[in-house]
Amino acid sequence: MKSSIKKEFVVRNARVVDPSSGLDKVCDVCVSNGVFVKKASAKAQVVDAHGLVLAPGFVDMHAHLREPGQTSKETIATGTAAAAAGGFTSVVAMPNTSPAVDSASTVKLINDIIAKTAKVKVYQSGCITEGRKGEKLAPLGSLKKQGVIAVTDDGSCVQSSEIMRNAMVYAKMFGLFVMDHCQDYSLTSSGQMNEGEWSVRLGLGGWPSAAEDIIVARDTILAQYTKSHIHLQHISSALSVDLIRQAKKRGVSVSAEATPHHIALTDDCLKGYDTNFKMCPPVRTRADINAIIKGIEDGTIEVIATDHAPHSETDKDMEFDAAPFGIIGFETAFSVCHQALVASGKIELIRLIELMSTRPAQLLGIDAGTLAEGKPADFVLINEREEYFYNEPLSRSKNSPWLGKKLTGRVVSTFVDGKLIYDVR
Amino acid sequence: MIVDSFLKNSSWSKKDLICVEDLSLNEIREVFALADIFKKSLIDDSTKIPYLSGKTVVSLFFEPSTRTRTAFEMAAHKLGADVISVTSAASSSVKGETLKDTARNIEALMADMIIVRHSASGAAKYLADRIKIPVINAGDGAHAHPTQALLDTFTMREKFGGTDNFAGRKVTILGDILFSRVARSNIHALNKLGAKVTLAGPSTLVPPEFGKLGVKVTYNLYEAISDADVVMLLRIQHERQRANYFPSIGEYANIFGLGKLREPLLKSGAIIMHPGPINRGVELDSELADSDRSVILNQVTNGVAVRMAVMRLCMNAATRQKNAALRSK
Repeated sequence: MKSSIKKEFVVRNARVVDPSSGLDKVCDVCVSNGVFVKKASAKAQVVDAHGLVLAPGFVDMHAHLREPGQTSKETIATGTAAAAAGGFTSVVAMPNTSPAVDSASTVKLINDIIAKTAKVKVYQSGCITEGRKGEKLAPLGSLKKQGVIAVTDDGSCVQSSEIMRNAMVYAKMFGLFVMDHCQDYSLTSSGQMNEGEWSVRLGLGGWPSAAEDIIVARDTILAQYTKSHIHLQHISSALSVDLIRQAKKRGVSVSAEATPHHIALTDDCLKGYDTNFKMCPPVRTRADINAIIKGIEDGTIEVIATDHAPHSETDKDMEFDAAPFGIIGFETAFSVCHQALVASGKIELIRLIELMSTRPAQLLGIDAGTLAEGKPADFVLINEREEYFYNEPLSRSKNSPWLGKKLTGRVVSTFVDGKLIYDVR
Repeated sequence: MIVDSFLKNSSWSKKDLICVEDLSLNEIREVFALADIFKKSLIDDSTKIPYLSGKTVVSLFFEPSTRTRTAFEMAAHKLGADVISVTSAASSSVKGETLKDTARNIEALMADMIIVRHSASGAAKYLADRIKIPVINAGDGAHAHPTQALLDTFTMREKFGGTDNFAGRKVTILGDILFSRVARSNIHALNKLGAKVTLAGPSTLVPPEFGKLGVKVTYNLYEAISDADVVMLLRIQHERQRANYFPSIGEYANIFGLGKLREPLLKSGAIIMHPGPINRGVELDSELADSDRSVILNQVTNGVAVRMAVMRLCMNAATRQKNAALRSK
């Protein structure tokens, strides 16, 4: 279809899936001047999408774009190109850049770069504490005023319960969304991979699931105590899923995300010491995967986020202990989740779209995740059956466990504000 | 000569020795058989035998070691090789050079073999995957120490009277198992040879997951050492006490230390092993360390012979691979 898409067009014959309205049927979708409209005029261009799925563009609540400061790993330009290829039309950039996003001036600097170079919509998040050190609250009010969408010390975890409590209470005053990376440091000082049979076999330092569970429990208790909302990032452990489920039953305002790799990979993948399987929190066991999928099925886990974490080959090509944590995830997220959740019969496609688009948009309060009239025409076309090899990442980094692997189910076109920004053909 | 015909008939095809798990039982037998020959020549006539003459071996140690490094270097010298010793303090790693660059530079200096010790598990495999010359693992993190396990089982074999006599023998490894590459490599070697392995020590340092490796785990010293044919003690490191894996060295010695008072628990003929260096009075008392039961110094001598065998076998495989590559050109 290339770049010949006009300002007004109608997509015909696609299976249209919109979790925001429960729609799942073959029908027309009309776009005019960047927004969805009920009917197109007679002169509208017709785009045939027979055999494809049309869904709202994906919303990634958890991505590392590395700019400013680590542009050898990724830039906002390359990161958002990769996001577009994965069907993401909105992404939340984590604040662990260099400098960390703990001041209004840094937010302003980044927003300028976003305005100039981003290919999809980028929402910047800020830090909870200065320098992500967990010691002193960052200026949350000024950050919010400058436009951050959420706060988190992601990559680090606020260890002090008192500071976390104050962060929740203080952020609530501004309606600022608080997210936490759950990791008790005292249990993970030498952690390289999931603690269990495989860490014992490989002689790698263990990162026990209890280190996540303890902070998940603490955060849900603090959210309950302070009557605040807490969003728990990249849940990897079975007990954490259960703790979140129990908290929700008690009426605690808590939401949680899982990553594609935590529902697709197990810790035995580490047996070749391949650093492209090294991430934080680490991939765990089949029992953990089953619990996370169960949590997705029953609504305990509401969001799939990538934790897209680019690292250059120089960074990753190290002995295991010296290599950084993290893998890229934008371009493979849909395929991996479609395979693990939809093709396997665990959930319907509409639910996957909800996890990857509608629900994160609702949590963040952004105009996305829907095909409703008048809303921005951010959407994707998907071929559920297409097989392809993931050989040429658009990300600046190549640190993916799926590099060179055959994947099934592919985003073939991505539109932002009615403009075609990615097309696989 | 006997070594020449041995090498000609050898089926050993590995240029690197990374871990015992990679070895077949037959390959372990080959190491033992060649080590027998080398040990005999060491004892009968201590002059060098020129099976690596003209070769340069680099020992690259990123962790402190006296025994293992000396044994490797002695083995290389006995085979007539030249040895260059690089320790982490003297290497470019202090200047920020990566492990890969360090190894590639050593290869570019036209070294013929690298003996590597590194604190990171997987480091030896990491190097072997990236350079062409043979890499012998002299210990990677808590993962593997294959030559130690080979010399330990070689020593047990002398006691048992042959490679076929491991079946049903009880070997107990006692101490800090969690952080021990020696324990892991011995577990794999002993499993292959058919011995029954029991692990014992403080529960914080012997997690039950080790049971998945096909061994018995116990926290009861009596159960661990009674009817054992071999008791292998591991060095207890003071930093484990600092990290609160156990309360004190004194308490460790009280509960798990092996001394004269506990000797009656051992069956007659049971031997005591230790990879060294010993903390006398902690895991092992002098009365036992220096008793007839102790084969600790035999381990040291065997360590030279076994490493000579491993180095020669890996060099043999590397030469064959090089020749095959030349022929196919």
